[in-house]
Amino acid sequence: MQDEHEHPDVLSVSRRGFLKGFGAGTAATSLLSPLSVREAEAAERGFVGPGAVPVVLTVNGRKQTIQAEPCVTLLDALRNRLDITGPKKVCDRGTCGACTVLVDDKPVYACSMLAIEAEGKHITTVEGLGTPEKLNSVQKAFVEHDAQQCGFCTSGFVTAATAFVRKHPNATIEQIRSGLGGNLCRCGTYAGMLLAVADAASGKGGRA
Amino acid sequence: MKPFEYSAPKTLKEACGLLGDTWGKTEILAGGTDLVTSLKQRITQPSRVLSLKHLKELHGIRNSRGSLVIGAMTTLGELAAHSDVRRHFPALVTAATGVGSPQLLSVGTVGGDLCQRPRCWYFRNGYGLLAQKDGVSLAREGENRYHAIFAADGPALFVSASSLGPGLIALGAEMVAAGPGGATRSIPATEFFRAPQSENEREIALKPNEILTEINVPLKGLKNGIYEIRHRHGLDWPYVTAAVAFGGKEGSGGARVVLGHVAPMPWSVPAAAKLLNTARPDEATAARCGQVAVEGARPLSQNAYKIQMARTAVKRAVLAAV
Repeated sequence: MQDEHEHPDVLSVSRRGFLKGFGAGTAATSLLSPLSVREAEAAERGFVGPGAVPVVLTVNGRKQTIQAEPCVTLLDALRNRLDITGPKKVCDRGTCGACTVLVDDKPVYACSMLAIEAEGKHITTVEGLGTPEKLNSVQKAFVEHDAQQCGFCTSGFVTAATAFVRKHPNATIEQIRSGLGGNLCRCGTYAGMLLAVADAASGKGGRA
Repeated sequence: MKPFEYSAPKTLKEACGLLGDTWGKTEILAGGTDLVTSLKQRITQPSRVLSLKHLKELHGIRNSRGSLVIGAMTTLGELAAHSDVRRHFPALVTAATGVGSPQLLSVGTVGGDLCQRPRCWYFRNGYGLLAQKDGVSLAREGENRYHAIFAADGPALFVSASSLGPGLIALGAEMVAAGPGGATRSIPATEFFRAPQSENEREIALKPNEILTEINVPLKGLKNGIYEIRHRHGLDWPYVTAAVAFGGKEGSGGARVVLGHVAPMPWSVPAAAKLLNTARPDEATAARCGQVAVEGARPLSQNAYKIQMARTAVKRAVLAAV
């Protein structure tokens, strides 16, 4: 696992960004020129970056503007800029599903989408699905069937399963198996999760 | 990942104007399921990324002059759910759903599937498409269980990763690419994939300044099917796939047998296709077709197992299509 803040390139961009900001109020023009010139030229060609630009994200119904480089993933933007830590960073390569969020109601790996690409879309994280007092049907069923062990994959599974149940309210076990094919659980609590999702998909548990 | 400039132009013409004629300086972003990981792993380090997300003309599927026209930005999920695709091209439905992860079906695109980079672990670890170190082929001398069993006498030993490629070739599809000024050209699916001879080439026929815009799949009434042999049914690439199409309205012409994940490009076997000049091949014909399909195979040190898989995949694809 590598955190965005540990990344040398992003740090160097931040440093340049800092110098640029610093320079605006000082006489340090010679320090800024290369980047400022490069960014001005890029803008002329229709490009933004590579430094931070305003990115408007609508997460769990709330519209927020962050400053992020175009290379920042949606997952890093959520976790590190917006402090929304339900989506987990595990494989960071679009395989394990722990970072799953809903983008316009469809399940997506937040680690494999650039934050800037998610502009104009409705992003729902596990935080937006239910609350401890008012769980959605999938969350309730996960608790009832003890469908987690260490819990690290759980928020991704719950989010993916919620999208699945909404689309397949009367799913067969086979459909559930393939419907959860984008998530991995290294504790291997699949049996409990299948039962939980089957329950949630049987309409007994209320709205997903 | 290395920071880059980003643009999401509103028109195709504008997008084409932002590309240069060298590979790797500007990468094209569709769904991002392959590119974003490649950027993080520094398999590619472009100074610019060009997003196709606003190019509405690249989205969706329509009927036009005897073909189904699939926009390159159509997602795999949309492809697999489309009623005309389901009616005419079960091979494409099987291939798209075989990708296995709803998260990939949501954003992964048809164009992205065709243009995704190989999964060869030497390539993914920075040794390039030809996987060479000090003039030695790491794939030939090293771990090659998932590598090519056909065309393995050339320098490229990876296998094409595309799920849709074999089916589209079997169905006689054509790709359309837009270049400088937005001018378009057609590329037959049979010529879209190729084995690079040097590290300066890529594994597809697009030029660095071209964008894949749509795929035309002719509606010829061909029976078609795909059979994938997989390690597991969740998110993964298959060991081997076989796509077949035969029995069109126009008689025996147009039958094709195409293997996937056995060569740097989807591997057509015309000699096997000749056996499918009947609308209803029986099990013995299907088995014979599989046998003929693997006759030219030349496995590497660890992948002879793929031969039996390919033989079986062809047989089952034929039986699934009948």
